[in-house]
Amino acid sequence: MDWMAWTAPTAIFFIVIASLLTVFSIIAIRFPESPRIGVLRIETTRGDRLFITLLGSAFINLAWLGLVSLPQWGALIVCLLYATAVFRWV
Amino acid sequence: MEKTVNQKAWLLVLPVLVLVAFSAVIPLMTVVNYSVQDTFGNNKFFWAGLEWFDEMLHSERMWNALGRQLLFSAIILAIEVPLGILVALSMPKRGFWASVCLVLMALPLLIPWNVVGTIWQIFGRVDIGLLGYTLENLGIPYNYTQHLFAAWATVIVMDVWHWTSLVALLAYAGLQSIPDAYYQAAKIDQASRWSVFRYIELPKMQGVLMIAILLRFMDSFMIYTEPFVVTGGGPGNSTTFLSIDLVKMALGQFDLGPAAAFSIMYFLVILLICWVFYTVMTNLEKRDGVS
Repeated sequence: MDWMAWTAPTAIFFIVIASLLTVFSIIAIRFPESPRIGVLRIETTRGDRLFITLLGSAFINLAWLGLVSLPQWGALIVCLLYATAVFRWV
Repeated sequence: MEKTVNQKAWLLVLPVLVLVAFSAVIPLMTVVNYSVQDTFGNNKFFWAGLEWFDEMLHSERMWNALGRQLLFSAIILAIEVPLGILVALSMPKRGFWASVCLVLMALPLLIPWNVVGTIWQIFGRVDIGLLGYTLENLGIPYNYTQHLFAAWATVIVMDVWHWTSLVALLAYAGLQSIPDAYYQAAKIDQASRWSVFRYIELPKMQGVLMIAILLRFMDSFMIYTEPFVVTGGGPGNSTTFLSIDLVKMALGQFDLGPAAAFSIMYFLVILLICWVFYTVMTNLEKRDGVS
């Protein structure tokens, strides 16, 4: 595993992503849902909304890093707000 | 009758999961690990945090490569899609010549990228290439190793030559699926050729055209071999697209950290565009299914 050059922060990052996927898979099996149409006018399931949240969060973090000269954890707060908005309205 | 629960199907999916893990997930994880560290080789890494991302986001070199890449993709889509449709509309619908056209159309797709690059590299040369020699003798200044416009024109024409037939074949498949009844109805209504195209053929080709645009966009956005063989990214950096720049950074300069950060941003852009295309395609299909 040395060649993969693991670090604690990246390991935590992947564990969080894997846990999210696992939790959402379990929820999808236990509580099946039908897709809904939100503000984007497209059908989304919980999994779709998770994908939109994760992808959007990556861009929010990059934009924060490139445009804002404040600590990076500020981007995480924006991401949480974004995630709430996505799961509520998308 | 009670439904039998059988989870053995998961075992059938296992080989694919293992393959994807080894070919995509593990390399991607490694790239993420590299992007937050610095290395001077010998498997020794030093924590760099978000430094490489910061450097890449403020790198004029990366933004310029991205600009060139988007321009290239936009130009080839603007040429290949209408041209592909035009070719498909001109092809015979059935009979011997339809088969001949299909085979001819498929030929460029069978040629490997580096061979296409070599063909055009020689074809465009002023001393021995038919195209370069002819243009030079006609008094048209053409030298893709020195002139920006000539280099771009060569790379674009090469891509059009290589890939328009893919769009044409997909559009042709879309056209073939239209039942004759539609054309008969149009004839009864005395519809013009343009109306037949606008209201029958184009809507029926929508699905395959979306696939063609997606495939061509993704492929052109990741283009590497052909321009690398023809121009090597030059003259200067004028045809250095994202992949060429990335390879220069990762293998030429051995800057693995910045190259990994660059790769992740590149990957995110591709993922976003794929998602947009996929969403548009599935929504179109659903809309068509309902109507």
